[in-house]
Amino acid sequence: MRQERNNIFAGIDWILIFLYVVLVGFGWLNIYAASITDEDTELLSFSTKYGKQLIFICLTIPLIIIILFFNSKFYEKFASIFYLISLISLAGLFVFGKKINGATSWYNFGVIGLQPSEFVKAFTALAVAKLLSDRQYNLKLIKNQVKAFIIIFTPALLITLQPDAGSALIYLAFFFVLNREGLTLNYILFGLLVIVLFISTIFFGIKVILTSVFLLITIAVAYITYRGGKRFLRFNWHKIIIVYIVSGLFIVGTGYIYDSVFKQHHRDRFEILLGIKQDNKGIGYNSYQSELTISSGSWTGKGFLKGDLTQGDFVPEQHTDYIFSTVGEEWGFLGTSTVIILFMFMLYRIIYLAETHTNKFGRIYGYGLASILFFHVIVNVGMVIGLLPTVGIPLPFFSYGGSSLWGFTILLFIFIRLDAHKNYEW
Amino acid sequence: MQRSFLLYFLITIVGFVFIGRLFQLQIIRGSDYDPIKNAAVKPQYDYPERGYIYDRNGKLLVANQLSYDVMVQPNQVKPLDTLEFCKLIKITKEDFIKRFEKAENYAPYLPSVFLKQLAKEDFAFLQEKLHKYKGFFIQKRIIRNYPINAAANVLGYIGEVDENLARKSDYYQQGELIGRDGVEKQYENLLRGKKGKKYLHRNRFNKVTGSYKNGAYDTLHVNGKDLTLTLDIELQLYAQKLMKGKRGGIVAIEPSTGEILALVTAPTYNPNMLVGRKRSVNSAILMDPNNLEKPTYDRGLMAAYAPGSPFKMMNALIGLQENVITEKTSFYCYNGYRYGNRKGAFMGCHCGIFGRPIHLETAIAKSCNSYFSNTFKRIVEKNNEPSQGLDTWSKHVKSFGLGDYLGYDLPAGSPGLIPDGKYYDARKDFRWNGSSIISNAIGQGEVLTTPIQLANFTAAIANRGYFYTPHILKKVENTSIENPEYTEKKITTINKEHFDPVIEAMHEVFKTGTGKWSQVKGIEICGKTGTAENFAIVNGERIQLADHSILVAFAPKKNPQIALAIFVENGGYGSTIAAPVTSLLIEKYLNGEISKATKYRETRMLEMSLQSEYDKLIPKTEEIASGTK
Repeated sequence: MRQERNNIFAGIDWILIFLYVVLVGFGWLNIYAASITDEDTELLSFSTKYGKQLIFICLTIPLIIIILFFNSKFYEKFASIFYLISLISLAGLFVFGKKINGATSWYNFGVIGLQPSEFVKAFTALAVAKLLSDRQYNLKLIKNQVKAFIIIFTPALLITLQPDAGSALIYLAFFFVLNREGLTLNYILFGLLVIVLFISTIFFGIKVILTSVFLLITIAVAYITYRGGKRFLRFNWHKIIIVYIVSGLFIVGTGYIYDSVFKQHHRDRFEILLGIKQDNKGIGYNSYQSELTISSGSWTGKGFLKGDLTQGDFVPEQHTDYIFSTVGEEWGFLGTSTVIILFMFMLYRIIYLAETHTNKFGRIYGYGLASILFFHVIVNVGMVIGLLPTVGIPLPFFSYGGSSLWGFTILLFIFIRLDAHKNYEW
Repeated sequence: MQRSFLLYFLITIVGFVFIGRLFQLQIIRGSDYDPIKNAAVKPQYDYPERGYIYDRNGKLLVANQLSYDVMVQPNQVKPLDTLEFCKLIKITKEDFIKRFEKAENYAPYLPSVFLKQLAKEDFAFLQEKLHKYKGFFIQKRIIRNYPINAAANVLGYIGEVDENLARKSDYYQQGELIGRDGVEKQYENLLRGKKGKKYLHRNRFNKVTGSYKNGAYDTLHVNGKDLTLTLDIELQLYAQKLMKGKRGGIVAIEPSTGEILALVTAPTYNPNMLVGRKRSVNSAILMDPNNLEKPTYDRGLMAAYAPGSPFKMMNALIGLQENVITEKTSFYCYNGYRYGNRKGAFMGCHCGIFGRPIHLETAIAKSCNSYFSNTFKRIVEKNNEPSQGLDTWSKHVKSFGLGDYLGYDLPAGSPGLIPDGKYYDARKDFRWNGSSIISNAIGQGEVLTTPIQLANFTAAIANRGYFYTPHILKKVENTSIENPEYTEKKITTINKEHFDPVIEAMHEVFKTGTGKWSQVKGIEICGKTGTAENFAIVNGERIQLADHSILVAFAPKKNPQIALAIFVENGGYGSTIAAPVTSLLIEKYLNGEISKATKYRETRMLEMSLQSEYDKLIPKTEEIASGTK
C-alpha cells in the first residue's frame, strides 16, 4: 500500500490517458498538415508552428509528472491560493500584458507567450469544487448561490475586459456543475429562453415575436384558467401582468440592444449564421471556407498532407481555432466523426469516474472538467461546421497553442490525480 | 446518478447533431463538390494564335504581331530608381505614380497592366534592366497587324470583350480580346480558335504553388483557323484610291458565285489605327458622332437610299413578267408624265423624246420616267386591285433580295424598304392607286435600297434570273465554304427570257446613253446611272445639295465577271463620277491594268474631290430628306 502511494502512476485511469494521447497526437498531425510549408524541415524547432507545438507537447510530460507528484489533498488545500494567483495573473495583464489581435490576453516571454485565461479555468474549477464541497454549504440558499456566482464570474469578468468574450463565455459551463450539486435548472432554462427569444427576435423581427409571445402567454393563461377555475386568475393576475410586461420589454429591448449596443461585426456574424445575410468573401469568409474545406473531404478525406485547401492556406487560423476543418478535409467524415466520438467517450468517462467519487471535492471538480471540455467542443466545432457563430476559442488538446494545451492538460491531470486517490483515505 | 443524466443526455444529443451535420456537409453536400471549382485551383488560360486573313489571291491582309505589356504586382515591388525606370518606358514620374496607385487600388496581390503595348525598341532596353525592378514583369500579347492599309470596314477589328458579355459568357473572361466588327466579328469563333486551360494550385494569397493534380484536368489550346476572303485586295485598294475625297460606297460582286470582290466605304480609315497604344484615342475620333465623315459607317452595307433610275429595270422586268408590257409596247412622253388632275400631279422627264412612241430599250437607255410610270401603273392596277397588284410587285422585287437583310456574312446592314399593299393600306385616310405611289416607278418614293442590295440585283440581271447570296468568306484554312446559304442558287420570280431586252438596253446606256463617256475599249459594259435628290438643313435653312449619284453595272455583257453598284454622296449626275469610276474598276478587274487610253480618266478621278460640297454641311446638320421629292 505504501509503495503504491509512492508510485505516482498508481491507480490512474489509463483510458483517459489513452484518449488524451490520441487526441493530442492526432491534433499535432493536423497542425503539421495545416502549417507545413516547402521550406521547413526540422521537427523540433521554434521557427515553425508544428515544431513549436511538438515542443509544447514534449513539455507536457514534466508538467504531468509534477501534477501527479502532488497529493490530492494538496489541490484541495491550496485551491483558494491557486484561485487567488489566477485572479492576480489576470489582473496583471492590464499592466504587463501584450496586446495581440486587439486583446490584452498575453504575457510575453520572448519566444513563448502565456495566456493566463487558459490556466484560470482549471483553478476556478478547483475553487468551485472547494466551495461546493464544504459540508456547511447549501446551494439552496441564495447567499450561497451568490458566493458561487462571484467565484465563477470574477475571472470571467476580468477576461471579458481584455476583451476576450469568447474565452469568458466558457464560464457559463459551471452552471452544469451547480446544477449537479443542486442548483435549480430554472437558471439554465431561463437562460435558454432568453437566448431563443433573442435569436428569434432578430430573425423574425420585433412585431412578429411580440405578437406570438403574447398570444402564447394568453393561450397558456386561458388553458390554465379553463383547467383550474377562476381562482387561478384571481390570485395570480398581478404575476400574469408582470410576465406580459417583462417579456414585452425584453423583446423590444432586444431590438434596441441589437441595433445600438452590438457592434456591426457582431451583427454581421449573427446574421450570416442565421442566413439573413450572405458574405462569403468578407466577414463570412472564414465560415464559408471552413465549411467548403470540410465538405471537400467526403467519406475518407483526401489523405494526410493532401488536402489542397488546407495546404493552400485557405482557411484562416486553421492551425488554431479552425483545426477541425483540416481533419474534415484530410481525414473525411471518418476522421471527423471519430474525433467527435473520442470526445464523447472522454466526457462520458470523466462523468462516470466523477460519479464514483465518494469525495465531494473530486466529484465536483470532475464535473467542472467535463463541463468546460464539453462547452469548448460545442462552441469550437459548432463554429467550424457552421452551426454556431464565430467565437474564437480553441478545440481542447487539438488546437495549436502552448497555453491552451497546458491549461487543458493541467485541468485533466488534476482530475486524474484526484481520481487515482479516490480509493485512499483523505 | 440521476443528476448526471442531464450532462450525459446533452453530450449524446450534441454528439449526434454534430455527426449529423458532418454527414450533411461531407457526404450529402460533398458528393457535388467539384474539384475544378475548388478555391485552391486557379484556372490559367493558354491563348491560341488568332487565325490569319488572306484575300482571294492569297495576299495576307491580317497577321499577328507580338506586343509587350509592362505588368506590375504591387505587393512585390521593392523600392526602385523611379526616375531611371520612367526614362526607360518613357513616361513621367507623375504618370508613374498614377499608374502605380491604380494597380494598387485594383488589387495589390494581383498582376495588372502597368503600361500597355510597349514599343519594340523600348522593350529591348527595358528587358535588360528588368531584373532591377522587382514586381514588374513583361507579358507578351498577340495583337493584330495589317500589312495592307485597306478594307478596314470589311476586316473589322478586335478589342477587349464587353464587360456584360464577359459576365454572361462561359468562354470569355474580362480583358480578353474579341472580334468587334467585320470579318473579325462575323467569324470570331473560327478565328479565335479555342483557348486551353491549365489548372494551377494556389494558396489564398493567390500564389501559385504548382500544377493541380499534375495537369489531369488541363486542356490544350486549338489555334484559330486561317480565313481566305472573296475580296480582291488590288481591286479594293484601287476603289479606295478612286473614292478619295468623295463619300459613298462601292460593292462589287462576282455574279457567277456571289463572292464579294470589293466592298468600299469612303472615307475609311487605316486598320492599324485600331491596334496598339493609340487605339483608344483613335477609336474615339473615328466613332465620334459629330464626325460627319462617319468613317466607321459602312456605306456599302448600311446606306439605304432611294435607288433612283436603276430601279427602272426592276419595273421593266416585272412588267414583262406580269405581261402588262412586251418588248414591243410603247408609251408616249410629253416632257413628263401627268398622273392626276391636280396642278402638281406631274412628273418631269429628261428623256428628250417628245411625242414619239418609246420602246422598252430606248426607255431604259434614255431613262424615260413616263415609260416606267405607265408600266408601274399597269402593274399595280392590273386587276383593278392596287393592294393586290402592289403585293405581286413587291413579291417580285423581294425575290431579288431587296427589302430585307440579304443574308451576307458581315455583321452590318440595313433592310432597306420595299413597300407592299399593307404598307399603304396602313396609312390613315389614304385611299390609293397606282398614281398615288407613282414615284416608286422610277426608284423614288418609298423604296430604299443599300449598295450591296443593288449590286446583288445587278448580278441577278447579269445571271439572267438568279443570284448567289453575296458573301465574303471563300475558304477556311484550305477548304472552300460549303454553306448552302452561299453555294445554292437563289432564283428570282422573273423568267430568263425577259432579261435579254433589259440587258440590251443596259448595254445601250454605255454605248449611246448616259455612260457613253465612260466606255472601255474591248469591254462591253452594261449599266444604268441614276441620281437621287438630296436636301439638308444647314443653320435652320433647308437647302438642296448636289444629288447623290448612283450607278449599277456589270461586265462583260457575255459571261459577266463583275457586277457592281456605286453610290457617291453629292456626286451629281451619275455620268460625272459614278460612271468613270465604274469603268475604271471594271477595266482594272478584267484587264488587270488601266490602258493608256483611259489613263486620263484615272487621273481625273483620283484628283476629283467633293470636299467643297461636303463643307456646305458644316456646321452641324441633320439630313432630313434624301432622294425624295
